[in-house]
Amino acid sequence: MEETYALRMEHVSKNYGDNAVLKDVSLSVKPGEIYALIGENGAGKSTLMNILFGMSVIRDTGGFDGKVIIDGVEARFNSPNDAMAAGIGMVHQEFMLIPGFTITENIKVGREDTIPTLASRIFGKSLEKLDNKKMNADARKALDSIGMDIDQHVRVAGLPVGYMQFVEIAREIDKENIKLLVFDEPTAVLTESEAKGLLSVMRSIAKRGIAIIFITHRLSEVMDVADRMTVLRDGEVVASKNIIDTDIPEIAELMVGRRIEKLVDENETHYTHSDEIALKIRDFQVDMPGETVNHIDLDIHKGEIFGIGGLAGQGKVGIPNGIMGMFPAYGEVEIFGEKLQFSKLGDALHKGVACVSEDRRGVGLLLDESIENNIIFNAMTIKREYLTGLGFAHLVNAKKVRAFAKEMIKTLDIRCTGPQQRVGSLSGGNQQKVCLASALALNPRLLIVSEPTRGIDIGAKKLILEHLVDLCRNHGLTIIMVSSELGELRSICDRIAIVAGGEISSILAPDAPDVEFGLAMSAARVSQEVS
Amino acid sequence: MERMTKAVKNFGLPRIIIIAFFLSLLVAAAVTGMDMAALLGDVVRRWAMYGILVLAMVPSIQCGIGPNFGVTIGIVGGLLAALITIEMRFYGFFDSFANGGAMMQVCIAILLALILSSILGILYGMLLNRVKGSEMTVSTYVGFSIVALFNILWLMLPFKNGTSIWPLAGEGMRTTINLEADFASVFNNLLAFKIGNFEMPTGLLLLFFLACFFVWLFTKSRTGMMMSAAGANPNFAKAAGINVNKMRILGTTISTALGGVGIICYAQSFGFLQLYNAPQMMGFACVASVLIGGASISKARIVHVLLGTLLFHGMLAVALPVANNILPEGNLSEILRIIISNGIILYALSKAKEAGK
Repeated sequence: MEETYALRMEHVSKNYGDNAVLKDVSLSVKPGEIYALIGENGAGKSTLMNILFGMSVIRDTGGFDGKVIIDGVEARFNSPNDAMAAGIGMVHQEFMLIPGFTITENIKVGREDTIPTLASRIFGKSLEKLDNKKMNADARKALDSIGMDIDQHVRVAGLPVGYMQFVEIAREIDKENIKLLVFDEPTAVLTESEAKGLLSVMRSIAKRGIAIIFITHRLSEVMDVADRMTVLRDGEVVASKNIIDTDIPEIAELMVGRRIEKLVDENETHYTHSDEIALKIRDFQVDMPGETVNHIDLDIHKGEIFGIGGLAGQGKVGIPNGIMGMFPAYGEVEIFGEKLQFSKLGDALHKGVACVSEDRRGVGLLLDESIENNIIFNAMTIKREYLTGLGFAHLVNAKKVRAFAKEMIKTLDIRCTGPQQRVGSLSGGNQQKVCLASALALNPRLLIVSEPTRGIDIGAKKLILEHLVDLCRNHGLTIIMVSSELGELRSICDRIAIVAGGEISSILAPDAPDVEFGLAMSAARVSQEVS
Repeated sequence: MERMTKAVKNFGLPRIIIIAFFLSLLVAAAVTGMDMAALLGDVVRRWAMYGILVLAMVPSIQCGIGPNFGVTIGIVGGLLAALITIEMRFYGFFDSFANGGAMMQVCIAILLALILSSILGILYGMLLNRVKGSEMTVSTYVGFSIVALFNILWLMLPFKNGTSIWPLAGEGMRTTINLEADFASVFNNLLAFKIGNFEMPTGLLLLFFLACFFVWLFTKSRTGMMMSAAGANPNFAKAAGINVNKMRILGTTISTALGGVGIICYAQSFGFLQLYNAPQMMGFACVASVLIGGASISKARIVHVLLGTLLFHGMLAVALPVANNILPEGNLSEILRIIISNGIILYALSKAKEAGK
């Protein structure tokens, strides 16, 4: 007898332009089953969910191939409303709640129960009266069913984060025809005990026959609640297994996978242990929204390429931003023995640290300015180079600037019409090269590059990575590279720290086994560390 | 064809329309037999007269506070400076200088205006740092409020000279003060020459160009580049170790100080100091001028000032006599001016998101 499935997705493929983000993905979820969807950032999980919900971004970019079958009927949703009508709900990572409304109102918003009134009989349904009694009773029922004993009349504003999550769930299960519920990293913002509570709620929802798709990075949670799982990597299904047949190390290995592309060829391991410490970090904390760093201790030696990896939102990006003073930071940071003062704006720059920001359009560049002005800007403001003194003012020395910009354009192979082209009109890869040139113009002692290859083509990627290696090996520059792409870190770094939950979960050698990287990223502690 | 549409787009349709309108006004003036030489002289005079006030928009736009509707603050500072020099003349301060000391007086007035307006500008800049994101609204109303505040001051100033105070009451400033005995037209007459009926206000024009040159020089300096970076992308500036708030105060101060200098140049050319509510709407004309010249609310260059002032004020200078000639209705040109200046501001605000070329 054929099994019935709440949801089947068959041979789903999706391209954004020439870029294939999903390749022939199939999965099927039974009613009452918790199905885990696992993968690194960019593995295609969100795209898959966007397809499921009929988000307009999919249709606007040319639709998708394959089939979505709900309860045995093929569905083509044109909008998230269609998906909701078909009984699919979503619990978001960022809450979609209205703070000024009560819990009941949040649960019922858009689906209010109403009683006909005299006016509504004449002028139509929009003038019906709210049936508060029924709505409160429904809300109560939904809250009770997930074991939440909070008063439904309380406003959402000011509720603890964990409670908001439960209100979202209550809203979804209050929908009568709900068949499939997607949890998108629901535990990311929760404390451990809240997360535990959430997992037990998921189990009880599943018992009622509702299918659940559970997207998470926390592998221990997958082992706890899920029945089956699929691992996505680079848009492909790597494996689909029953949870009983697998374990955390195996999933971790599947998730990371062995990247065959070796971006930079190196025959020998160059890492010579230098005793001089370039960057000493003690009890370092950064308040960067979405990338909080808690208590990090690190020693980075002179002349090494130090990688910092980890999943998005775990805090790896917070480290460079904290050092550069973009977000409030606490703790102790010493650069070549000099203590960094967080209160002084631009102190890291003055102490010889240059940084290529991960947000090149937002932070890294002046898009309306020319290439040459972008390249020399920091050197001019921080080191007062490329200036001509006029007694009362320092004017920018256009000749020197032009010469240096031309040199950089040549070394880094920046494809442009000339040093005066507007940076905003360059391609991403070339913009990134301008960012790098601007950092190098400072002639730094320590270079921090954050996501240097995000969103750029393979040629530019290779050139940038090669240049970084060259700077380190032949010019003795100490480099810290923060990247989401593990393959890239492993191809050029001497040591790689993996950040999870705002802390260093482990420091690994680039040739450490995949499983250790996978475990470190999902914050499962491993004892082996290299120093 | 494609190239042409692109060129039109780059130059800006409204500017093309305004230029066409300006030219058609000139043609109309010529056809109706008006004195073209005198008319063109008037255009040049008004260009130089309003120039520095419009120039005040550049530092404010570059430092990120947008077009400075509150340039009125600088204007009242300049007016106060001018009043002080009139009082100084009354006590015989300038008697020992050549030609009655008018040139000395106007220079002192400019110096004082720089000081007074800078002080006001610093305070104003600090205020604007607290209202990031709604600078244009706030600066408009701050501009209005400062006019009201100074209305009280004008009534209370303890000046004694007969030029400034009400002759009957014996205290309080007049609404319009004749500068005939002070520095009326000193810059206009400096090195001035005449070709037929065309009068060249050489001194004033040179002063305007000199001010433009200094502002341009500033934008090419280290501080100037830091300031425009802070305006263009505060996050970039922060990452580069630049104190964005300080740069905004600097830009606001320079803008306000230019407003103070600008009103003195304006007044000496006009021949009168206008107190009380006269400066209230001046900010709008300045904003409209620089926007017509091609600036946006986030980007402005000197060439926008030169072109915008010429178009906006040149057009008004021509429109008045032409309109009076064709339609003998008294208020027509004033109505025209209001429609054009407000229309331009409206257009510019609706295009606020697009960066200027």
